[in-house]
Amino acid sequence: MDTQAWTFTLVGLSFALYIGIAIASRASSTRDFYVAGKGVSPAANGMATAADWMSAASFISMAGLISFLGYDGSVYLMGWTGGYVLLALLLAPYLRKFGQFTVPDFVGDRYYSQTARIVAVICAIFVSFTYVAGQMRGVGIVFSRFLEVDITYGVLIGMGLVFFYAVLGGMKGITYTQVAQFCVLIFAYLVPAIFISLMVTDSLVPQIGFGSADNTSGEYLLDRLNGLHAELGFASYTDGSKSKWDIFAITAALMVGTAGLPHVIIRFFTVPRVKDARISAGWALVFIALLYTAAPAVAVFARTNLLNTVSGQNYADMPEWFHTWEDTGLIAHHDWNGDGRIQYTGPHSDVRNELTIDRDIMVLANPEIAGLPAWVIGLVAAGGLAAALSTAAGLLLVVSSAISHDLLKRSLRPQITEAGELRAARISAALAVVVAGYLGIHPPGFVAEVVAFAFGLAASSFFPVLILGIFWKRMNREGAILGMTTGLLFTAAYIVYFKFINPESSHSDAWWFGISPEGIGTVGMLINFAVSTVVSLLTPPPPASIRQLVEDIRIPQGAEAVSEIHS
Amino acid sequence: MTQARNHRAYWRANLRLLALLLLIWFFVSFGCGILWVDTLNQIRIPGTGFPLGFWFAQQGSIWVFVVLIFVYVWRMNRLDHQFGVSEE
Repeated sequence: MDTQAWTFTLVGLSFALYIGIAIASRASSTRDFYVAGKGVSPAANGMATAADWMSAASFISMAGLISFLGYDGSVYLMGWTGGYVLLALLLAPYLRKFGQFTVPDFVGDRYYSQTARIVAVICAIFVSFTYVAGQMRGVGIVFSRFLEVDITYGVLIGMGLVFFYAVLGGMKGITYTQVAQFCVLIFAYLVPAIFISLMVTDSLVPQIGFGSADNTSGEYLLDRLNGLHAELGFASYTDGSKSKWDIFAITAALMVGTAGLPHVIIRFFTVPRVKDARISAGWALVFIALLYTAAPAVAVFARTNLLNTVSGQNYADMPEWFHTWEDTGLIAHHDWNGDGRIQYTGPHSDVRNELTIDRDIMVLANPEIAGLPAWVIGLVAAGGLAAALSTAAGLLLVVSSAISHDLLKRSLRPQITEAGELRAARISAALAVVVAGYLGIHPPGFVAEVVAFAFGLAASSFFPVLILGIFWKRMNREGAILGMTTGLLFTAAYIVYFKFINPESSHSDAWWFGISPEGIGTVGMLINFAVSTVVSLLTPPPPASIRQLVEDIRIPQGAEAVSEIHS
Repeated sequence: MTQARNHRAYWRANLRLLALLLLIWFFVSFGCGILWVDTLNQIRIPGTGFPLGFWFAQQGSIWVFVVLIFVYVWRMNRLDHQFGVSEE
């Protein structure tokens, strides 16, 4: 079979599996729909969390980014895993004990304020939509490249599938499909990584392979790559070129942002006990680490293979994959000096660079560059789709519960019946799918910029309010509202200024303390903490019932009792 | 011991554990992976091509994060029983 036949078969089989699971796990109550009846086992929840968390960006883009950034790419590796330590230690067990359905639930109840609840709802919806647009775009790209389907139809097929299992099954359907999607995506990621590791270094484990010796020259792979980089005028691969404080700030913003993302937090409401919330964060990180520790290895293999294949070679001798990607516009060659060869050089070289490569194609093109069999390429397509669809479904659920639960049930129409709320949840999930699909087909030109926005926003708005709400009994309504608002406005203003109003000036001289818009969420978070603390101390303490609530969520005992009262 | 005092003691033990684990969390990622990365890069992990700081930033910190969470779960379950606040 050729590549395309394999791709159709593997993608088709994986879709059939997701639909089968969705039919088997329909939701029959709002409890099923929002939190899967709180009956998910910790290991399954860990896998579902991992699939929920690892998006098209993790699967398709991350290794490519690291491949071009070298050491600087570490911000994504540490940032997107370290946040789970904060989640497990500082948030998950207490929010589970609190026993509600959503993040705005906690903010609204802990700060005894509808205003706080509404601010939280708006943040949750904004962050989730930002994200989901990127996922739908990822679906479209995979479809158009591997199945040669128009992007629009690709997005429509993806929408149809997510519609089917998110609207029908709610959190219950999503959780069990995500378990399957995790298995598909991790298999699809590790198989080519292991293949290439064996080809390049003789090591079966990619995580060890990229620190081993190259099996042709016997030189260490990283030394060889640094040598190639120096020769071609790129910055040293293992040293990077960003400033230390910028790396620090971006890593912190991504970590804290991860811990503040509503679609991740909501997963810890689905397990039966506080104990299970703690351990499922651990399982989630194990499953995430499988991909995140393989990614830097894939990055090194891809970079070395790419340089060896293209640098200084005749354009006429380029393999087929080079021209296929050229057709999509993601690889471009311009023979400036007219010698028929490809000069691929970095900023420190005297020779003019003739090749531009889109970073996003590295993972997808890697198996072809390495000459792996056709079925591996089909597998990577199925994995990329699993990553994009699982994240999209999780995000859509946050949007739907924010509308039907936080906005309708808890704010506008408290008298709504269980059946009515479930219907509202389904309708809002359906509407959210349509909006997400529209954004996928007509993407705003700034999807990548907006993702930095989403993390900065989550870090500077939710995180301090959640942490102080649990660890400081004196924290009150006034502090929370003002803290969230100032943190949010500061971060938003900084990002909007450098990304949209005045992008030409966005370089390290103009940035405050040399911190880029990607890392400014860290400063926003510190401002939020400071404002919350000062304002809380200057205004009356929270009522006794709230202090009792905080005492209560700190003790695991009686978790079921609490959630029964609330639901 | 009254229940309120017992709960306070449990909470203090919890905070001590958190402080220790978060210190390690900060040390391996922001410390070894970022602040001292240049110094640590002078050292090679024996038998491999990894400069130590680079390895912490792209591999080591992630594995330590995983271990930290499991240590936390294990110690917390023990604390829960010790102070009689567990769910069973």
